[in-house]
Amino acid sequence: MADAAQSGAAAPGENILVAEDVTKVFPGVVANDSVSVEIRRAEIHCLLGENGAGKTTLADILYGVYRPEEGQVLLNGRPLELHSPRDAIEAGIGMVHQHFELVPPMSVIENVVIGTPAKQWLDLTEARRRLEEFFADYDVEIDPDAEVGRLSVGEQQWVEIFKTLYFGVEILILDEPTAVLTPQGIDELFRILRRMRDEGLTIILITHKLKEVMDLSDRVTVLRRGKVVGTVDTADVEQRDLARMMVGREVLMQADKAASTAGEPVLEVEEIHLGSDTGRGSLEGLSITVGSGEIVGVAGVSGNGQNALFDAVVGVRHPEAGSIRITGQDTTESAPHRIATLGVASVPADRIAQGLMMDFSVKENLVLGNQRERQFSRAGILNRGQIDTFAAESIDTFEIKTPSAAQITRTLSGGNLQKIIMARELSGQPQLIVAHQPTRGLDIAATEYVRRRLIQERDRGAGVLLMSEDLDEIFQLSDRIAVIYDGRIVAVTEPDATTLEQIGMHMAGASDTDQGSP
Amino acid sequence: MEDFFTYSVILGIFVATFKIATPLLIAATGELVAESSGILNLSLEGTMTLGAFTGFLVANETGNLWLGLVGAALGGGAMGLLMAVMTATVKVNQVVAGLALNILGLGGAFFWYRSVYEEGGAVAFPTVDRFQTATIPLLSDIPAVGEVFFDQHWLTYFGILMVPATLIFLNRTKYGLELRSIGHNPEACDMRGVGIISRQYTAVIYGGVMAGLGGAYLSLAGGNQFFDDIVAGRGWIALAIVIFGNWRASWILAGSLLFGFLEATQLSLQASGVDLPYQLLLALPFILTIVALVLNRSRSQVPLSLTIPYHRGER
Repeated sequence: MADAAQSGAAAPGENILVAEDVTKVFPGVVANDSVSVEIRRAEIHCLLGENGAGKTTLADILYGVYRPEEGQVLLNGRPLELHSPRDAIEAGIGMVHQHFELVPPMSVIENVVIGTPAKQWLDLTEARRRLEEFFADYDVEIDPDAEVGRLSVGEQQWVEIFKTLYFGVEILILDEPTAVLTPQGIDELFRILRRMRDEGLTIILITHKLKEVMDLSDRVTVLRRGKVVGTVDTADVEQRDLARMMVGREVLMQADKAASTAGEPVLEVEEIHLGSDTGRGSLEGLSITVGSGEIVGVAGVSGNGQNALFDAVVGVRHPEAGSIRITGQDTTESAPHRIATLGVASVPADRIAQGLMMDFSVKENLVLGNQRERQFSRAGILNRGQIDTFAAESIDTFEIKTPSAAQITRTLSGGNLQKIIMARELSGQPQLIVAHQPTRGLDIAATEYVRRRLIQERDRGAGVLLMSEDLDEIFQLSDRIAVIYDGRIVAVTEPDATTLEQIGMHMAGASDTDQGSP
Repeated sequence: MEDFFTYSVILGIFVATFKIATPLLIAATGELVAESSGILNLSLEGTMTLGAFTGFLVANETGNLWLGLVGAALGGGAMGLLMAVMTATVKVNQVVAGLALNILGLGGAFFWYRSVYEEGGAVAFPTVDRFQTATIPLLSDIPAVGEVFFDQHWLTYFGILMVPATLIFLNRTKYGLELRSIGHNPEACDMRGVGIISRQYTAVIYGGVMAGLGGAYLSLAGGNQFFDDIVAGRGWIALAIVIFGNWRASWILAGSLLFGFLEATQLSLQASGVDLPYQLLLALPFILTIVALVLNRSRSQVPLSLTIPYHRGER
C-alpha cells in the first residue's frame, strides 16, 4: 500500500474503478439489475442500501467472486476480466467481507501470508517485520503470533484489513465493517480509513447505516432492490434524503410505543456462571431481571456472553453456579422443553441453524417443538388437519409470504423465515420472550413488523429479553437497557436517562467512574 | 509364562513392531496430508488393497520389485485421483464417495487378480522374490538396537522418514500452510486467491499414492504374494491412527508404533501358547483411539472443514 499512490493511470479524483451496466441473477432474484457505479481514485465511496439491495453482490463482482451475466468492470478505463479473487488481487483490488475470512486456529502472521507470493520455504521474519510496521504505524496493538480465533472480533477486523493491505492493493472494499465494533471502535476505524484515503488508497465501504455514510464518505451510491437509485456527493445531502433514496418513501425514525409499567418479574437471573467450553461464550456472575409488560434490552458487542445468556435462559446449557427463575419457578437445571412449557418463547440469533429446519415445509416449521401438544398430535400421531388449519391461520396473521403452507422453508426470504419463527413462538401467548438479534439481516418492512410485534406482546403483558447489537433498536424498543460486557451486566439504565455514547463506553468495558479511558 | 519374557522373544516383539507399523504409518501420513486439505478419504482399505495388487502384478510380471512399488504408487494414485474428482470437483458427499471407492478398490483388486492368475477355475497363487531387509552397515551390529532399528525394510525407513518430512511440509512450507488453511476454511483461502481444487487434488492423490505403497509393503516386503484379505482392516486402522494422533505427524508415528507393538505382543502371546485373552490386545488400539478422542476433545486439531465441500459464493 506504500506504493498505492504512484502506480496506475488515474490521478486523484479521476475514475479508477467503474462498473458498467452490471447484471447478476441468482435463482429467482435479480441481485444487480444493470448497475453502474464510478469509483474515483482516493475517495471513500459508500454503497448504501438495505439488506438485499445488492450491495454485497456488486462488491463481490468487483472482487471476482461472481461473474456478472451482463455488463463489465473497467479499471483505469480498461476492461477487467475477473475470474476469481486472484485476478482482483493482482489488479490491486482487495476486499474485507462482513463474514470474516480467517483461519481461526492459525496465527495472525500465518493468516497474512496465505496467498501471498512468499517463498515456499516459510520465512515469516519479513512478513512479521512488515506487519509490525503496519500495526505500529496505525497504533494497533495485536501480537502477530496470537492465534486468530482467540482475538476479539474487533482485533480480527484489523487482521482482515491489514492482511488485505499486505497485498499492496490500491482499492479496498469493506463490507459492513462496523457491525462488530463499539461506537469508539468505529471512530478509531474511521480515523484510520480517512488517513489511508489521504495517503492515496481508494476505499469502497458497504453499509446500511446512514450515520456512517454522513460521517465518513466523500460520495455515496444508493442501491435499492438491485438497482442504482443515484450517486451523490455526501456534502450535498442530508441523512433524511439518503433515507428516502434507500427506502423509496419517507421513513419513520421512531417506533410508536406507549409507556409501560413492569409487573411481577417473569425472569430472574441471579449470579450465573457458565463456562466457555462450547465456544458460545461464557458468563461470569451475570444477573438480570425482566418483569411482565416490559422490554429489557441487552446491549453489547457480540461475543460478550449474549449467546451464553440465551442458552442459559432457554435451557440449552445449564449454569455451573447461580440460579434462574421463570415466573417464579426454578429453571436453573430444567430442560429446554420444560422451560418452553412455562410460557417461554425463544427467537434465536441464528435463525437458520437454530430456529428452523430449512428442508422442512413451512407448516412443519410452524409447529416444530409444539408437535407434542394435544392440539397437534394424539398418541404420537400427527393431526394433519389441525396442523393445516393452524398453519393457514399463522400465515395469514403474520403475513408470511409463501406460495403455500407446504412450501420448503429454504426458499423463503430472511424476513419470512423470521416471521415463521415469530408465529410459532408467539402462538402460545408466552409470558417471557427471549429474542436474540431478532431483526438482523431483515429489510426495513420486516424489521418494523418484528419490532411492532414485540411491542404488542409487551403491551399484552409479556416480558421481553431483547439482545441486540443494533443500538438504535435497543434505544427504540427498550424500557430498560442493560449492558453486557465480558459475561456480566455492567450497567442498567433507562433509555431516557442515558446517551448512545455512555452505552458505548459501557460496551467497551468502562465503568461509570473512569469514562475517560475505555 | 516365564518362557515368554526371554530376551529373544522380547527382541522379536520389538522387531515385529516396526514391521507391523510400516504399512499403517505410510498410509496414515498420506491420509494426514489428504485430510489436512479438508477431504476425508475413507477408501484407504480399498486403496491399500489395490496398491498391494498393482504392486504385486508389476513386480511379478517384470521381476523388478522397485517397478512393483511404482505400480503400487500408480494404483493408489489412480484411486486418489478418482476420490479427488468425486469430492473436489463433483463435490459428492465425502463419506459416500469414500465408501463407494473402498468397495471399488477391494472388488477391483480381487477381480483383476483372478482375471490374471486364475486358470481353469483354480488360482495359481504365484509369489514374488520379496524385498529383503536393508541392513545398515556398522549400526546394525549394535546389539539389540541394531536388530530393531537398522535391519528393517527400505519401506520401513521410508515410512519413518515421512514423519519429519510431513511435519516439515505441513508446518514449514507455504504450500503446507495453505493446504491446512484450506482444510480449516476454504472460503478464506479462495478469497485470498489460493487455488483450492488443485491443492486438494494434489493432497488426495498423494494420500492415495502413500496408501498404495503401504499396501505394497504387505505384498512385496512383509509377504510375497497377494490374496483377498491381505490388508485385513489396516486401512481402517490407519484412519483411526490419524484421529488418535490428533492430526499431528509425530503422534501418528506414536500411534502406529503402539498398534504395531500391541499386535506383535498379541501374536507372540498366541504363538507361545500363553493363556491370555489376546482379543483384548487386539481391541486396545481402538479403545485407545476413543480415549484419545475424548481427551483431545477441547484441543482437537481436526481440520474444521473436514468433509464439508466448498462452493464459492455460498454462505
